[in-house]
Amino acid sequence: MTSVPISWYLLLAAALFVVGTLGALTRRNGISIFLSIEVMLNAANLTLVAYARQLDQRTGQLLVFFVIAVAAAEAAVGLALFIAVFRQRRTIDVNRLNLMRW
Amino acid sequence: METLIFFLFAALALGSAIVVVVHKSPVYSTLSLVLTLFSTAVLFVLLGAPFLGALQVLVYAGAIVVLFLFVIMLLNIQTEESAHGAGAQRWVALLGAVILFGMLGLGFWRGGFAQVSPLTAESVSLKALATELFSRYLLPFEIVGLLLLVAVIGATVAARRPGGTNTDETDEIALGEEPAP
Repeated sequence: MTSVPISWYLLLAAALFVVGTLGALTRRNGISIFLSIEVMLNAANLTLVAYARQLDQRTGQLLVFFVIAVAAAEAAVGLALFIAVFRQRRTIDVNRLNLMRW
Repeated sequence: METLIFFLFAALALGSAIVVVVHKSPVYSTLSLVLTLFSTAVLFVLLGAPFLGALQVLVYAGAIVVLFLFVIMLLNIQTEESAHGAGAQRWVALLGAVILFGMLGLGFWRGGFAQVSPLTAESVSLKALATELFSRYLLPFEIVGLLLLVAVIGATVAARRPGGTNTDETDEIALGEEPAP
């Protein structure tokens, strides 16, 4: 019935994760880094669902449910922090936020 | 048919994810992220998780992305970024990404092409998912609810204007504008 092997989903998830990693490492805008992290979380979710399909269990899907909830919390707190930082420093360019860099 | 849908939305997800990472403007990145999330939602449905697909579209593409767009517009972020030290760092990051992809791909490839059992009405049923969520995973569910409450309170406190509680007074450094010289 299923003509698409699970491995292809997993490879796609790996590619998405790597793209997100690349963005998180190279971008300088705080919001863009956040968006890259969302892409990485999404790739991890795809991996979980793919393995849940392969192993025929629901635990993976429930874990994705929790990941989405935690991602929502993370986005809310992170963006609030960016607003607070922007209010102090007038920028969210991570190269200029070097107060704690030695 | 399923293969066709898979390749279409896999290409869409990967392409829009690259746009998310590459595009200079955060607004375009965010809108491209919507496309990535939607394509992934379609793949979730293909994998027999229609509830997660719907959740992905509603919560991720609906709520979280709107939050991002709201903050981007609130902060009025300029598109240019500081570029110092970008050259070497970019190449090292690219090298690391290729190595990471090689390792992940190898691990996943070794996982093999195990034949999966075809989807049944029972395996995609929402009732079974909900039963498990509210019986075996009830405590994590409650903890996640608490986490969301804490996140809302924390976000409100963190984003509050420092100092006074009165909001009717016009302060001189409003968000998104240059401070008066």
